[in-house]
Amino acid sequence: MKRLLFAVPVAAFIALVTVFGLGLTKDPSKLPSQLIDRPLPVFALPGIAAINPESGGFASTVFRGQPALINVFASWCSACPPEHPMLGRIKAEGVPVYGIAWKDKPADTRDWLAKLGNPYTAIAADESGRTAIDLGVTGAPESFIVDKAGRVRYKVVGAITPEIWDATLKPLIAKLRTEA
Amino acid sequence: MRRLAFALLVLAAPVHAVQPDEMLADPGLEARARTISQELRCVVCQNQDIDSSDAPLARDLRILVRERLTKGDSDTAAMDYIVARYGHFVLLKPPVEPATWLLWLGPFAVLGLGGAALAYWSRGRRPVDAAPLSDAERRELATLGDSGDSR
Amino acid sequence: MLAEIGQFALILALVTALAQAVLPMVGAARGDAALMAFGRTAAQLQALLIGAAFLILMACFARSDFSVALVADHSALSQPFAYKLAATWGNHEGSMVLWVLILALFGAGIAVYGDNLRPSLQARVLSVQAMIGVAFLAFSLFTSNPFARLDIVPPDGTELNPLLQDPGLVFHPPLLYLGYVGFSVAFSFAAAALIEGRVDAAWARWMRPWVLASWICLTCGIALGSFWAYYELGWGGWWFWDPVENASLMPWLLGTALLHSAIVTEKRQALSSWTILLSILAFSLSLIGTFLVRSGILTSVHAFAVDPARGVFILAMIVGATGGALTLFAIRAPAMRSGAMFGGVSREAGLTLNNLFLMAVTAVVFLGTFYPVIMEAVSTDKISVGPPYYNLVFVPLMIPLLLLVSAGPLLDWKRDTLRSVAEKLKWPAVITLALFAGLTLGLGWRNASAAFGFALAAWLVLGAGLILARRWRAGSRDPWRQVRTTPPAVIGMVLAHAGLGVTVAGVTAMSVFATSKILVMQPGETAELGTLKVTLKDIAAANGPNYSAVQAYFSVDDGGSIRALKSERRFYPISRNQTTEAGIGGGVMGNAYVAIGEPQQGPKGQGIVVRIYHHPLVGWIWFGFLMMAVGGSASLSDRRFRVGAPARRALPPLTAPGMVAAE
Repeated sequence: MKRLLFAVPVAAFIALVTVFGLGLTKDPSKLPSQLIDRPLPVFALPGIAAINPESGGFASTVFRGQPALINVFASWCSACPPEHPMLGRIKAEGVPVYGIAWKDKPADTRDWLAKLGNPYTAIAADESGRTAIDLGVTGAPESFIVDKAGRVRYKVVGAITPEIWDATLKPLIAKLRTEA
Repeated sequence: MRRLAFALLVLAAPVHAVQPDEMLADPGLEARARTISQELRCVVCQNQDIDSSDAPLARDLRILVRERLTKGDSDTAAMDYIVARYGHFVLLKPPVEPATWLLWLGPFAVLGLGGAALAYWSRGRRPVDAAPLSDAERRELATLGDSGDSR
Repeated sequence: MLAEIGQFALILALVTALAQAVLPMVGAARGDAALMAFGRTAAQLQALLIGAAFLILMACFARSDFSVALVADHSALSQPFAYKLAATWGNHEGSMVLWVLILALFGAGIAVYGDNLRPSLQARVLSVQAMIGVAFLAFSLFTSNPFARLDIVPPDGTELNPLLQDPGLVFHPPLLYLGYVGFSVAFSFAAAALIEGRVDAAWARWMRPWVLASWICLTCGIALGSFWAYYELGWGGWWFWDPVENASLMPWLLGTALLHSAIVTEKRQALSSWTILLSILAFSLSLIGTFLVRSGILTSVHAFAVDPARGVFILAMIVGATGGALTLFAIRAPAMRSGAMFGGVSREAGLTLNNLFLMAVTAVVFLGTFYPVIMEAVSTDKISVGPPYYNLVFVPLMIPLLLLVSAGPLLDWKRDTLRSVAEKLKWPAVITLALFAGLTLGLGWRNASAAFGFALAAWLVLGAGLILARRWRAGSRDPWRQVRTTPPAVIGMVLAHAGLGVTVAGVTAMSVFATSKILVMQPGETAELGTLKVTLKDIAAANGPNYSAVQAYFSVDDGGSIRALKSERRFYPISRNQTTEAGIGGGVMGNAYVAIGEPQQGPKGQGIVVRIYHHPLVGWIWFGFLMMAVGGSASLSDRRFRVGAPARRALPPLTAPGMVAAE
């Protein structure tokens, strides 16, 4: 009995190290989205006139009938340019890519896209950042996969890398396409 | 590297924090907004509340909280509004739920279990412990330079 | 060339430490005096080598040798010379060298001043100390080499983080490190005692000054860090419950517990296993504090991703040191002699309760700091733990502990009665309760918590005073002799306990009565906050050695006494960082604190954002800590720490029955 009592500290330490080990395999900087499997929050954002005058931005209601990707970006975001070619590839593979310019001046967005090219199916401006808050965005870039019914199914924090696309997003979208 | 050495200072320059142009005219509402902002974590900072953070997102959230209050939300409703978007992570006071019982009750458990162990241990010993200090013990204590008051 | 010599010195130190870790331990097991004596030589050599490496690193900084990567990253030509030197430890790699240097100096201290230690105990302590040294020297050399060279030498460096360019930086980290590393001595003593299977009064007496010295440094380091944050971060917070602060608070709390339990072990040979366990835990929390938190893994595993070797090394060290020592504890401690008996009401019991509450309070800080990581493992939900949690859980556990502080020292050793304690504490209790009632009436029911806090502060100060009053009154034949012969250890305890009361008063005032106002001001404008009238006199631009600044000049009128304050915002062009230098003026009763922000459009036109704070009694928080540190130092100067083990001396004759323990 007494011996057991003296072993309590080392037992507690082993338990703690185990739990720490488990906890440390996960990335604490990544927030789970509150939106997973829930409908996209309602929004209707204006377009950026200088880029495509015919597009008046887009609203949460466009996400019906086929899976799509929403990409939150900004001209001030340093992690966005490296992600850019990936977005072009995703669109080329037949997935609509919707861009939300987050807390960005329309003129800045326009210049930035003029320089890097425009991979987006449609672009909307969220100057106030309200829609981004509704989406639970904490930084740029962030991307959401939305299914046929307009529900959020997956969120990527940070840039979409070829690995993330090939291993996770592409199979997920293929699966979402087969859903009723 | 600097971050590793002295992260205390990486609380960043919070001079910005809450700004005069964000504040509400109604002092009662403003006071409530400040209290709420101090309980909400700036999601992009390290362990800092949105009231003292200079991050643009923190500013947006401060303004949002004030808007909710102006629209007549209760304090809880305003906080729930933020939690619905960012999850429990934004609460600097975590909710009491089974997964956080250890957090909330752990320290009291340490006290309770330790106290119980102590009581058990001293009850087992008391009978042999009738005598006060003997003269020899007194002398030994004296050589040890008693650090307190004793008679 | 110089940097290579420094690196070579570190490598030699590692080799020396390896030998010191093995040979004295073997010597102690075989009873080989020569091998045991080798530990003493090696400990001093190791300290010399690391000292040389540290001085060389400092020289690299002093000469702005940007071919050394560390210097290029943390210094710049325009940086003031003092901060060039302080930058030596203002970064991860350099602070590691300081860490091992302090470790080695403590080791050398044990070697030089340990003449009256049992040779086998001294050899084992030095050996364990060297094992820690080996781990950290290897960590430094293999994962965080301070002397790494750059292939292309830049013309100028990228500057030390401007927030660290402050007099506080010069003292804060070394003091904290002295505290953290000092607990390594307690750890080594504990491990050595477990290996020897023997704990006695001499062991506790030998260990206690080291614990006390570490505790004093940690106390000063924490207070300085808190004060530094107060004036540098620009909004007058003095404690943030930030993981890094918590990392220093945990060893401090356990160190405080250890100081008290070691008294019992020294004087009554009781609680010895517990004292050993606390020694292990205090140092373990120091390790966790220095590394787990600072490595950033609490906030981001990217620290691991960027440099997995470093992260794995840190975890392995903690598992090795703490896991190893706790395993040793589980195997060896049950066989050790359990100490003298004591009653349920006695000084020993009081000190045990003190330890119990300090453990619970440490658990609050530990769980609060690490629960987010624990939560990751057990749940998909993520949580944050911030100040509101600590206020709710820390405070209710502190209150009974603080109430106990005044009662503990009045208890008799071995056996006492509640009635006798109550009799001794009658007057402080009456005064405290009267003060509580009076303050509640005066401040109003809404501020009953403040009244309680102030009454608690008075209780602590009165309780401390009572110890002296009783001692000095007891020998009424010659009161002056009583005053003169009061042992420094008693004075130390009185100061420390009263200091705690002073801090409690400051904390209470700051948490209940601090006020603030944020507004846009134009030159010539006056703002009022309570009794303060703050006038913005002028705004001017200024240039420092390596920064440009906006300075705002204020005059603060506090009920007739007018004082000029200057508040600054600095911009450091090299690192593109901004800092605030708040204008702080005040005195015993509180501070006026003025910080400026950015230019903004106000109701009366373009102005500058000004934050005005009134901080009542804020200085008491740090003054109380200072009293605790001075108290600790007084106790450290007690002559009994400088004399040999008691068993070897003849027992002195009993003097008058009333004043046994006076000397």
